[in-house]
Amino acid sequence: MIGFALNRLVSLLASLIVASLVVFAAVEIVPGDPARFMLGINAQPDTVAALRAELGLDRSPVERYLSWVGGLLTGDLGVSYTYRSPVSEIVAERLQVSLPLAVYALVLTIVIAFPVGMLAAASRGGVVDTLFTGATQLGIAVPNFWFALLLILLFSVNLGWFSAGGFPGWQAGLLPGLRALTLPAIALALPQASILARLLRASLIDTLSGDYIRTARAKGLSAGQALRRHALRNAMIPVFTIIGLQFSFLIAGAVIIENVFFLPGLGRLVLQAITQRDLIVVESVVMLLVLAVILVNFAVELAYSWIDPRLRNPS
Amino acid sequence: MSARLLIGLGLSGLFVTAGLVSLLWTPHDVANLNIAAKFAPASAEYLLGTDHFGRDILSMIMVGARTSIAVALLAVGIGMLGGVPLGLLAAAARGSLLDDVVMRFNDMVFAFPALLIAIMITAIVGPSAVNAIVAIGIFNIPVFARLVRAGALPLWTLDFVLSARVSGKGAARISVQHILPNLTNLLIVQGTIQFSLGILAEAGLSFVGLGAQPPTASWGRMMAESQTMISFAPHLALIPGLAILLTVLGLNLTGDGLRDALDPKSRSGSQQGSGRAEL
Repeated sequence: MIGFALNRLVSLLASLIVASLVVFAAVEIVPGDPARFMLGINAQPDTVAALRAELGLDRSPVERYLSWVGGLLTGDLGVSYTYRSPVSEIVAERLQVSLPLAVYALVLTIVIAFPVGMLAAASRGGVVDTLFTGATQLGIAVPNFWFALLLILLFSVNLGWFSAGGFPGWQAGLLPGLRALTLPAIALALPQASILARLLRASLIDTLSGDYIRTARAKGLSAGQALRRHALRNAMIPVFTIIGLQFSFLIAGAVIIENVFFLPGLGRLVLQAITQRDLIVVESVVMLLVLAVILVNFAVELAYSWIDPRLRNPS
Repeated sequence: MSARLLIGLGLSGLFVTAGLVSLLWTPHDVANLNIAAKFAPASAEYLLGTDHFGRDILSMIMVGARTSIAVALLAVGIGMLGGVPLGLLAAAARGSLLDDVVMRFNDMVFAFPALLIAIMITAIVGPSAVNAIVAIGIFNIPVFARLVRAGALPLWTLDFVLSARVSGKGAARISVQHILPNLTNLLIVQGTIQFSLGILAEAGLSFVGLGAQPPTASWGRMMAESQTMISFAPHLALIPGLAILLTVLGLNLTGDGLRDALDPKSRSGSQQGSGRAEL
């Protein structure tokens, strides 16, 4: 297990290096030069020259890449051109919204999907299962930002239970903060929960038809015991893959949902940075989001091999 | 033909037809702003009413259908063309350095969700529908590669593959002749999911301004424009959302229905299953 983890760690580092090269190269190939790109065509030559010096464009790309990566490692993400403050400070502030939102949504996803998916698998072919199929079909088909608009229409405009958007900040207290994140988290979680529950049901049913389950039943285990002791563990492998996948969707979805609810998170930051052509912010935030996805997938892979020891040595 | 397949084909057929018809004809010109007719209710002239610029909503939905379907279809195509061979290759070379390299490459691409790819492309060359296709397409590659590899790995240990190996077939031929046909089921299901996800992703990208640009009508942008008017003109946001919901629902039902209709194993499985897998 430790050897496997070390092996994965090496490829994790390789992935991170390649990812940073891709993100860095993307900004490098901006038509013209980044300073001119950020300032627009009407910029004064001395303004462009000043920004060029600030961005270090007079140095070689290799030098700039190394200093960017060095900065990332030491928490120095550069200075935002539009906000005139360190990107690390802006990001730290925005993370206080984005991270709780993603975790809130993931927890909701799992809490909804597991019981529902297991129930549907256990009552396969019954009324509950049919209802489940219908509900999850709708859940998968609904665009989360549209669902968010419906939630706003119902709970904010008509019922007035939640505000239609904005974030009071955690200094206003835990409950007001969570309250502001509730509609966004539901909007993010429901479609993902439908996907996860369907997969869990399919995976469980697949596993339940295996011979070893019949053996387990034949030696006297109850249906529930066979499901919990034998089927669940084997059905978990595709489920874990999907949870890893879903984290990417939650990150992507959060960018859009933050926009619907006017939440001051990383997603809104990066979209605003695009319209303001603040490449320093775009570069660093994209890299951080990519880093988050890579780390989660690393964790998922370790979890896999813990569930199924056969996967530690694929040959 | 099952009821599910009929409903699915009906729904997705409706929107595909609407998109195709919009190439030749729409009830009104969507580029035509008519402020005098803004917020018109549904009428014989404007079947679904008009928006804040007096544009005919039905016409915009038809053009939006074309945009969505084209983007999603191309993106799934890119994903399958890239992902399926990679997955087969990785499974055939399981455990080797090649497998590792392919899977690491996948993880790499996979670490860039479609929206982040779109953000990067947009930051560099500006927003467009092509960005959306490329971004969603690239993201689809590792999805198919992983699926195919995961599906193919257990098949390689089965007797019929062993006997094919004994009879002297190479890994490539086994992959194509024996492994791939057994993955059709998975691919149909995943292809449908990715197609509908593509439609959802396209809508999301244009919702935040990273997809198709004006004057091309798109469902996502229709919703974005109407968000501030939701308290007094909710139908402006509701109608394009419903269009997406029904299209995606239709595609999903079609995929499920096709899987049951095409694959005798899953059909008999569902009949036997009620007796066999009762737990």
